[in-house]
Amino acid sequence: MSKRGIVLYLHVHQPWRVRQYSIFDTAEAHDYFDEKAQDTDRNNEKVLRKVADKSYRPMNALLEKLLKKHPEFKVSLSITGTFIEQAEQWAPDVIESFKRLVTTGQVEIVSETYYHSLAFFYSRDEFERQVELHRKKIRELFGVETSVFRNTELSYNDELGQWADSYGFKGILAEGWDPVLEWRSPNHVYRPPNTKNISLLLKNYRLSDDLAFRFSNQAWSEWPLTADRYSEWINAAIENSPLINLFMDYETFGEHQWEDTGIFNFFESFVGTWLQNPENTFYTVSEAIESNKPAGEIGMPHTVTWADTERDLTAWLGNSMQQEALRHLYALESAIMRSDDIALIGDWRRLQTSDHVYYMCTKWFTDGDVHAYFSPYSSPYDAFLYFMNALRDVRYRLMLDQKHGGLHG
Amino acid sequence: MLGWELPPHNSGGLGVACYHMSKALALKGASIDFVVPYDAYHPNAEFMTIHAATKLGPLDRYGLMGAYDSKYLRRIGLDEVEANDLKDMRGVQKHYVKFVEHFVKNNKPDAIHAHDWLTMEAGMRAKELTDAPLIVHVHATEFDRSGESYGNPLVHEIEYQGLMMADRIIAVSTITKNIIIQRYGIPADKIEVIYNAIDVASLGEYEYDQRTYRYLEELKSEGYTVVSTITRFTIQKGLTHFIRAAARACEKYDKLVFLLAGDGEQRDELIRLSADLGISDKVFFTGFIRGKQWRDAYHVADIFVMSSVSEPFGLTALEAAHYGNALIITKQSGVGEILHSIFRYDFWDVDALADQMIGIATSPALSSELRNNVQHEYARISWHDVANQCMALYSRMRKGAIV
Repeated sequence: MSKRGIVLYLHVHQPWRVRQYSIFDTAEAHDYFDEKAQDTDRNNEKVLRKVADKSYRPMNALLEKLLKKHPEFKVSLSITGTFIEQAEQWAPDVIESFKRLVTTGQVEIVSETYYHSLAFFYSRDEFERQVELHRKKIRELFGVETSVFRNTELSYNDELGQWADSYGFKGILAEGWDPVLEWRSPNHVYRPPNTKNISLLLKNYRLSDDLAFRFSNQAWSEWPLTADRYSEWINAAIENSPLINLFMDYETFGEHQWEDTGIFNFFESFVGTWLQNPENTFYTVSEAIESNKPAGEIGMPHTVTWADTERDLTAWLGNSMQQEALRHLYALESAIMRSDDIALIGDWRRLQTSDHVYYMCTKWFTDGDVHAYFSPYSSPYDAFLYFMNALRDVRYRLMLDQKHGGLHG
Repeated sequence: MLGWELPPHNSGGLGVACYHMSKALALKGASIDFVVPYDAYHPNAEFMTIHAATKLGPLDRYGLMGAYDSKYLRRIGLDEVEANDLKDMRGVQKHYVKFVEHFVKNNKPDAIHAHDWLTMEAGMRAKELTDAPLIVHVHATEFDRSGESYGNPLVHEIEYQGLMMADRIIAVSTITKNIIIQRYGIPADKIEVIYNAIDVASLGEYEYDQRTYRYLEELKSEGYTVVSTITRFTIQKGLTHFIRAAARACEKYDKLVFLLAGDGEQRDELIRLSADLGISDKVFFTGFIRGKQWRDAYHVADIFVMSSVSEPFGLTALEAAHYGNALIITKQSGVGEILHSIFRYDFWDVDALADQMIGIATSPALSSELRNNVQHEYARISWHDVANQCMALYSRMRKGAIV
C-alpha cells in the first residue's frame, strides 16, 4: 500500500492592472498597464516588488531549504505568464529561484492559461492558444513539460474535464465542494464522466482555508494554529483515504498571511512534523495520480470555482458590466488575430486576465463584505471605466491597422 | 428645537431636514417645542408645537431688507442691535434670542437642539439660563457656504462660540465633522456624525408624463444622454467646473446634453461660460423650478451630477437616486459617504467628471448597474434611524447620566 500523502499545490499570479486610463488617453496613449502614480496598487511594478520581498523571496528560500532537507517533500506550482513577464522585468532573481526549485525534481509545474483568463468560457480557440503559450513559456524557462491542468480560479465543469482528457492531460484540478461531493470525500482521486485517461484531484477546502484564510484570524477559535495541531487534523482527515489536497494561492505565504503571523515558521515545522511519521509523504500532482486509481466518477455539469461561498463564477461574470466588458473584448478576437501585431495581440490578451472583471464585482454591496474583495480601484465602476477606455483604444488601433471597422459595438 | 425654517416656508434642505427629524422624534415620544423666526401656518406639523419668535412673515425671516446673504450682514454683536430693529438679519436674530430667553423661563427643556449658526446664540443663551444640555446640529458651516473664499468673520465667530459651548455636536457627514475639527479646533470626540435621511413617502407615487421637457425627451429618443444638476447657482456648488467638464466631454462624445435646473447669483456667469466654450446649444437653463417641473427634471435626466466644492450632505443626490438617475458626486460632498454605487471625483477634476459622464453615456451596462444598485442604498438610512440616534444622544446628555 502506498503512503498517505499531502498534495501541496500553490498558485503564483500577478495581473497587469490597468492604470487610471481616461477617455482622453484613448487613441492617444497605449500604455494601459503603466500606472505612473507610486502611491497606488494599480502600479504593477510597485506591487510586484512589494510581494517579491514579502512572499516570493522568503517563501522560495524556505521551499528550497525544505526540499533539500526532506527528499520526500514535494510541491506543485502553477505560475501564470503575466506573473513571469513582470518578475522577469522587476525581480529576475525570483525567476532564478523558481528555476532552482524545479531543478530539484521535487517540484512540478502545473499547466494553465498564460493570461489567467476565462477564455474557456468564451473562445475554445483562444483558450487553446493560451494553454500552448503557457506550455511554451514553461518549456523555455524551466525545461519541463506539463501534464496536469488547472483552469483560472480553479473553474471546472465536465466539459473542461473532457477537453483536458482529449487534449492529453493526465490530471486536472478542481474544488472539492460539498454539494457536488455529497457523501464522498475529497481525499481520493476521481474520474470525470465520459473520459478515458484523466484523473480529477479535488481541493480539501477546509484544511486549505485553515491556512489561506483563517491562519492569522485572532477571532478564530483555533488561533494560534500550531504545526502539531494542524498535523493532527490532517491525520484525522486522511484516515482510510490516500491523500489530502491542499490548494491555495502561493501569496498566502507572506502576502495574505504576513511573516509576523508566524506563517513561515509554522509551515517549516509542519513539513517536518508530518514527515516524522514514516507512513506519511508528499506527492506532486502527477505522483498523486500515478499512485492512486480513481475511486469513482464525479460529474460537475455546472461550473464550480474556488471562490466565495457560492463557488461559482459570479464574482467575475455576475453583473452586466462584467458581461459587457468580456463580450466586447472577445468580439474583437478574429480581427485581433488577423492583425498579426504582436503588441496589440499581447495587450488584448492582458485585458483577458480574470482579475480585471473581478475588480468590477458589485456582489459585496449586497453581501456587505467589503473586505472580501480586494481591488486597487476606488469602486467597481472606476475599474470598468478604465478597462473600457483601454478596450476602446484597442479598437482604435485595430481600425488603424485594418483601415476599416468602427469604434462602436 | 431651535430652527430657522420649516416647510412649506423653507428655502432649502435645512427646513426639510428639521421637519422630518422632528416628526420622527415625536413618534419616538419626544415632546418638541420648535421655534421659528417668523409667524405662519405650518400644515401637517401637529406632532409638535411651533412657536413664532417674531410677527414677521416667512419671507422676511432674513430681515426686511431681503434674502439672506452673509456678505451684507452687519458685523456687530447682538448687544449693539436694537431689539425692535427688524430690518436685517441681526435684528431678527436678536428678537429670536429674546423670545427664547422668555420661553425657557417658563418651559425648562430637557435638551436644547439648535440648528446651524442662525440659532446658535439663542441656544447658548438658553443653556445659560436653564443649564439644559446644548446640542448643536451642523448642517453647514460658513466655510461650506462661502465655497473657496473665506466667508463672513462674524458668522465664523458665532459658529466657533456655539461649537465651543455645545455639550455635544451633531455633524451631517464626516466631511462636516472634519471641518469642525480642523477649522474650529473642536475635539473629535465631542462630535457625532448623524447622516440625513430621505423620506421616500413624501415624494409620493407619481406618473411621469414625458411632457415637461419635450425637447429633451426628443433628444433622448435620438440617443442623447441627459446630464442634470438641480441646485442653487452659487459658488459653493462648483458649477463652473461642471460646465468645463461638459465642454471637455463633448470633445470626445457629442450625444450629451446638460440640464441646469435652479437659479442663483452665478447664472449669468454660467450662461456666458457655456457660450465661451461653444456648448450653449447643449446646456439648458430652467430657472428656479418647483413642483412638477422640479420632479420632472429628475425624471428626464439619465445622470445626476453634484459638483459641489463643499457640501455637508446633499439631499438632492438621494432624490435623484430615487428617480432612477446614475449619480456622480464630488468627493467633497457628504452624501457620497453613505453611497457605494456612485462615481466620485474631486470637484476641480474636470477630466475625471468628463470621463465618468462619457463612460455612463456609452455603456448601457454601467448605466444600469449604477442606477439599479444605488436603489438598494439610498433609502437605507431612514429618519427613524436619525431619531433613534438623537434620542440616544439626548438620554446620554441628561444630568447624572453615565456618558
